[in-house]
Amino acid sequence: MINEWKITLKIYRQKGQEPPHYDTFELEVNPDEYVLDAIERVWAFRDRSLTFAHACHHSTCGACGMRVNDVEKLTCITPIRSVVANGGVLKVDPMRNFPVVSDLVVDLGSLYQRMDQVGHRSVLPLGEEPAPHPAAAPAPEDLQALRLADCIECGLCISACPVATTTPAYLGPAVLAGAQQHGLNGDLKLLELVDSDSGVWRCHSAFECTAVCPSNVDPARRIMDLRRQVIGARIARFFGRG
Amino acid sequence: MSNKPSPSNWPKWFDPRRREAGSWAFILNRLSALGLTFYLFLHLIVLGTLAQGEAAYDNFLETIHNPLFILGELVVIVGAVYHGLNGLRVGLTSFGIGVSVQKQLFYITLAITAVVAVFFAVRMFS
Repeated sequence: MINEWKITLKIYRQKGQEPPHYDTFELEVNPDEYVLDAIERVWAFRDRSLTFAHACHHSTCGACGMRVNDVEKLTCITPIRSVVANGGVLKVDPMRNFPVVSDLVVDLGSLYQRMDQVGHRSVLPLGEEPAPHPAAAPAPEDLQALRLADCIECGLCISACPVATTTPAYLGPAVLAGAQQHGLNGDLKLLELVDSDSGVWRCHSAFECTAVCPSNVDPARRIMDLRRQVIGARIARFFGRG
Repeated sequence: MSNKPSPSNWPKWFDPRRREAGSWAFILNRLSALGLTFYLFLHLIVLGTLAQGEAAYDNFLETIHNPLFILGELVVIVGAVYHGLNGLRVGLTSFGIGVSVQKQLFYITLAITAVVAVFFAVRMFS
């Protein structure tokens, strides 16, 4: 028998220039379902005007990032029981630091453009992206095989970043992590972009990006590593070697 | 549209709800920095009373010799210790040292600050 919980889903609503508000829906759910399943149920059976983004349902596409009870989550892999108790309220908001298009959908265009700008590669050789666990380390003959990059460009890290809240100019954790993945490698244009007020030095070490990242990217660590790369490149250029 | 970044969102820096240890460190760092900056100006104003002569300065010292001002001095000491230690933490992690243990470094910072606070509180109020 399926264990059923009763929860209240409180969903952020905003259409066009209308002032935002919350709609609430009483739902019966299996607590082992995911938050995205509950949102889809509202759309399917209660309110067809609800707008939200999703695609793969297995944390690969990065489309369903939202704030669940004020914490950034990829809703397709967030079990309901991990964020609410039986009888509780599950609040769902769109991500911060991006313009809201409609309800739970935000415009991630600035993120995608910047990822392109820093040369982030969505696909790269196995040998270039360290394996998360030693057991998953590729065999030497597989190092040139291709894999998808860890970053799924969901935008959760930018939503969680307190610095990104105040300045749209800040490149943000995902983009800086993308630059680190690309590597400076004598790319002067990229060096100027990340070694700036809106680049690596804007980060104030709150580490929220790494805390919410659903995909093993660890943007904070990459930002710190990029700082070392920037300093190395500047020193090399000072001595005429860059 | 809502949720866009804006300079007017800066009060959100100080909202610790649903935030991780790193954000608490960030918030405390900002608050202690603002407090120490405020104290620096206050300190300069106090030193300015010296220009009015020894009697004026002694008079001022007499005025501030009460538990409220001593508590203020304790807050300054605690703020300075926290800000300095967290500055070391941020300095190390900023260059890739100890990033994976940044939470533990924050807890150590808090623990040392607490010990210093108790030490000075006992000395200043006894």
